[in-house]
Amino acid sequence: MNGSRAATLTTGWRFAALRIGDFPLIPTAILVGLALLAIFANVITPYDPEVGTLGDRFRPPFWQAGGSEAHLLGTDHLGRDVLARLIFGARVSIVVGFTAVIFAGVVGTALGILSGYLGGWVDQVIMRITDTWLALPALTFAIFLAAIVGPSQWNVVMILGAVYWTRYARVIRGEVLSLRERDFVRLAIVAGCSKRTIMKNHILPNVLNSAVVLGTLMLGVVVVTEAALSFLGIGVPPPKPAWGLMLADGKKGLMAGYWWLTVLPGCCIMLMVLSANLLGDWLRVKLDPQLRQL
Amino acid sequence: MKQFIVRRVGYSLLSLFLLSLIIFFFVRVTGDPTVLLVEPGASKADLDAIREQFGLDRPLVVQYWHFISSLLRGDFGQSFYYRMPVLDLYLSRLPNSLLLAVAAMTLSLLIGIPTGIIAAVRVNRWWDSAGKIFSLLGLSLPSFWVGLVMILFFSVYLGWLPSSGSGTVLHIIMPAFALGWYFAAAHMRLTRSSMLEVLGSEYVKLARLKGLPEALVITKHAFKNALIPVLTLAGINLVIMVNVAVVVEMVFAWPGVGRLLYEGIAFRDFPVVQAIVLLNGAMIVIVSLLVDILYAVIDPRIRYGR
Repeated sequence: MNGSRAATLTTGWRFAALRIGDFPLIPTAILVGLALLAIFANVITPYDPEVGTLGDRFRPPFWQAGGSEAHLLGTDHLGRDVLARLIFGARVSIVVGFTAVIFAGVVGTALGILSGYLGGWVDQVIMRITDTWLALPALTFAIFLAAIVGPSQWNVVMILGAVYWTRYARVIRGEVLSLRERDFVRLAIVAGCSKRTIMKNHILPNVLNSAVVLGTLMLGVVVVTEAALSFLGIGVPPPKPAWGLMLADGKKGLMAGYWWLTVLPGCCIMLMVLSANLLGDWLRVKLDPQLRQL
Repeated sequence: MKQFIVRRVGYSLLSLFLLSLIIFFFVRVTGDPTVLLVEPGASKADLDAIREQFGLDRPLVVQYWHFISSLLRGDFGQSFYYRMPVLDLYLSRLPNSLLLAVAAMTLSLLIGIPTGIIAAVRVNRWWDSAGKIFSLLGLSLPSFWVGLVMILFFSVYLGWLPSSGSGTVLHIIMPAFALGWYFAAAHMRLTRSSMLEVLGSEYVKLARLKGLPEALVITKHAFKNALIPVLTLAGINLVIMVNVAVVVEMVFAWPGVGRLLYEGIAFRDFPVVQAIVLLNGAMIVIVSLLVDILYAVIDPRIRYGR
């Protein structure tokens, strides 16, 4: 009895308010909503996110004195509509976030499988590099790479992929180490499958769950890092409407009290990251009991 | 023990070597390093002079030898902007970064440990849920945004705290909080799970069986052992803080290593950027080596386990 109680104690932390049944409905709805905004950004907003009218600078949201219904969430220092920029910003965050996570995931999973299954010196080389890579502080490393290659949206994707693949490699390798001792892999060896076939057809499908869980959890990390890089001026280049870039622009109006330029983009980042984390936590428990301890 | 330390030091040296190799490799593979090493707008003659001086027209192995031997001599290059050796610049900023990191760490432990303990003691009650929300928010809010909102609130609206700069205690409050926020959430999570583990152990049951009041069981018996993993993590997090502080330092114009890194990017001062990545990476390798050795001294199982 005590054992089972301890188990529920550690895995507990149910979060009823945000779930229907067991499924994290609200976080999923937010992510889907952001994705829809990103896809239909051109249809939803009448404004161009990159062009403003200088006569309409620093208009507050409509409920404040001086605001108007024409710009529901106000305008920025160049007179650009904030709502339009937030909506198009979702597109940048989602495109960068997903492609970077997939890029890092493919590289990391492939190296993790090679390292775990082949073992020997391949394993030694890959794991030594992974360890050193992990010792490099992620943000500083990303800044270093950004300083070399210069700012552009696709450079950010490459940088984030290059920085974060190690997280996958570590976890996937661990999984492969236990998978390769399992009977179905041994039988495949006896049946005469090549190493390549075993890794592709027998190992890969079994680590995909973990890769998806990690990917969801990494989405939040990647979005925050992208925002930080853009904020520092080495991520997505202006005038593109990235949320981190909007925060950098908003800093100019901060001391004058133009709160909407700072608060709103941050709320968008938070919504996306929080949703990704909640969904990732749920997936982790559902798909992959081994990862529960992470 | 001796063997363990020797092997662990060997791994760390290998890591440092690979670190320099990775940095070296990335600078060269992504384009012409000459352009990065001279000031923006340099003439063709200057470019050739630099290429000559650093031997950038030679084979890669020779270039790496130049690179690593100057690093070992403590020569990390000259800053274009400040016109002084990068290492001196780094060392002059490091104390500020450490000060900020220590302040942020203190804050995060002061918030994280008590809330984590309460969440563990009142597990699955509302306080635990509140803690869960807090830790999720902490892990989801970008630190620089927390900083910006705090400036808006405490500097612009209330006028209580200075929005940037350094010098007084008042200056450090907001950056420390913005930086410590994320770590407070992480420390709370770890305190909670570590406390739950200890509370389930035999010796705590014994303490309860012999009739000790619950408050004493928690403070005197469980707390001390639950704290060990938290303090270990805190040691490594302190170094990580110095690294992630770059955005927070930029927001608050805090004169630390992170701000130096930001200036390095803004002024296209590449030697500064390269040196900071190398030195910060080396710092992490060395601190985790020290933590590992300390752990092996405390816990013999680790020594013989490998």
